[in-house]
Amino acid sequence: MVKKLVKGNIALCEGALAAGLDAYFGYPITPQNEVPAYMSNKMVTLGKVFVQAESELAAANMVLGACATGKRAMTSSSSPGISLKQEAISYMAGMEIPSIIVNVQRGGPGLGNIAGSQADYFQAVKGGGHGDYHLIVFAPNCAQEMYEVTYEAFDIAEKYKNPVMILSDGIVGQMMEPVDFNKEQKTSFSKKDWCLDGCKDREPRSIKSLLMGDGALEQHNLDLQKKYEVIKANEVKAELYQVEDAEIIIVAYGISSRISKNAIKSARTKGIKAGMIRPITLWPFPTEIIKKYSKPPVKFLTVELSLGQMIEDVRLAVNGVSSVDFLGKAGGGIVSDKDVLNKIMELKK
Amino acid sequence: MEKIFSRPKALKDNPLSYCPGCGHGIIHRLVAEAIDELGIRERTIAVAPVGCAVFAYDYFNFDTTEAPHGRPPAVATGIKRTNPDKIVFTYQGDGDLAAIGTAETIHCANRGENITVIFVNNANYGMTGGQMAPTTLIGQVTETTPFGRDPLREGYPIKVAELLANLEATKYIERVTVFDAPHIIQAKKAIKKAFQNQVEGKGYSFIEVISHCPVDWGKTPLESVKWVEDVFLKTFPLGVIKDTTK
Repeated sequence: MVKKLVKGNIALCEGALAAGLDAYFGYPITPQNEVPAYMSNKMVTLGKVFVQAESELAAANMVLGACATGKRAMTSSSSPGISLKQEAISYMAGMEIPSIIVNVQRGGPGLGNIAGSQADYFQAVKGGGHGDYHLIVFAPNCAQEMYEVTYEAFDIAEKYKNPVMILSDGIVGQMMEPVDFNKEQKTSFSKKDWCLDGCKDREPRSIKSLLMGDGALEQHNLDLQKKYEVIKANEVKAELYQVEDAEIIIVAYGISSRISKNAIKSARTKGIKAGMIRPITLWPFPTEIIKKYSKPPVKFLTVELSLGQMIEDVRLAVNGVSSVDFLGKAGGGIVSDKDVLNKIMELKK
Repeated sequence: MEKIFSRPKALKDNPLSYCPGCGHGIIHRLVAEAIDELGIRERTIAVAPVGCAVFAYDYFNFDTTEAPHGRPPAVATGIKRTNPDKIVFTYQGDGDLAAIGTAETIHCANRGENITVIFVNNANYGMTGGQMAPTTLIGQVTETTPFGRDPLREGYPIKVAELLANLEATKYIERVTVFDAPHIIQAKKAIKKAFQNQVEGKGYSFIEVISHCPVDWGKTPLESVKWVEDVFLKTFPLGVIKDTTK
């Protein structure tokens, strides 16, 4: 099939449309503006729902409402906007509403800037909103993967009745790359025995996260944890690149993994055995995979466009068995492949 | 013998957790009766607020969802846009609708969503123990206005119904109360019409119900009723504020 040259953000939209998206709710913020603009045309043309909400809060809560009825809905934003969506995200996690939230990350904290960044790892993976919960977090590193991950995300969200976050960044979102739109349009969906679709011929249903009965909330949390364990066992995704003989293993996701791959190729031409573990899911994290390759003299290097967030999970996985170094840049700065290569050579000494 | 008065099908047979003398029980019943009479129970989806009526899903006998504080209009928008065949309503208090959810309230109305909003105004935050609400009257003593609401310090009570009437997209806005039988009968008519409008696809309907809150007002039920009539309604006069459905 002929590939089309599109931005990552557009590839993401096409993935959602092919997955049978019923409704998109958004709000303008750079660098994700292509998504609401594209959807405002596509969704209306297809006779589906597009609403430009009055706020990020409202957009996320519209998703909550639509998904509570079993429809496929999503919202997208960038870092400051995602902070505002955390309220609804926590509710959807508690109410077990499957939904898709896209973060095309930019520099922070605060209003930050509009350059691509990876500084929202903690927010995406460690909670973000209040309460004991997890999102399933995907980190695509190219336009093709923006398309594919988004296409699969809806099924996974519904399978586990859990919100899914697609954690992209301004670079992957804005970069134009050839994409093979090779997925079949989804038209049939699993029957949902939990959603709100009117109580005809059945007892009424209610979806809530308020559980005031004695021990009810504790039990709900325990049930959620059980679900998270199943997700951890089944849904970890990572790409392994030249790790088998590697003495230096880079752990990097999203755009950092693209930069790191170039550096690894250069290192290999210099005779340095470098490789990479690239988490495609940031939660569940590929802890066991990293653990498997943790043994001296293997050294780990975490590369992120932040001042060190994912490195904490890498350290937990390595658990002191190997060394874990860090290379990163904050505030929308970009680590170059040369920077990564220099760091690899420094570690090789 | 023929039974001529019973529990509406749209109300579950659960004991209400509302305080003695509270207006919510009456308003729940009016909503349930309207839904039964229109035959829409099996296609109704309600959005409960955060506040006293958060437990609405324990009482209404149809599909219900929770919403974060103030967000019911956004949640209802998501439901109705993706399910235009369903009857969707929000049931919100004054803190939920007129303070933390002001933006959602105004923009949902401004989009002219074809939903019904039941706004219960009892001039205080009941669930949390009677703090000042955006609709608290001038001079009214609450947990957080111990010297009475002073407009120089706390501003004036917001009249949301009148605000929304200025928006082109809103179709039907009426303020009612439930402190005695004639007013309850009028409130029922208004609520039923607000649902009927939605069934007919006429657009956004908003019913503000002035309700009594004896426990948090520190009054007996009888004193509360008198206070509604003598004081509350002076600031929030009853009647049809807008109706472009005819």
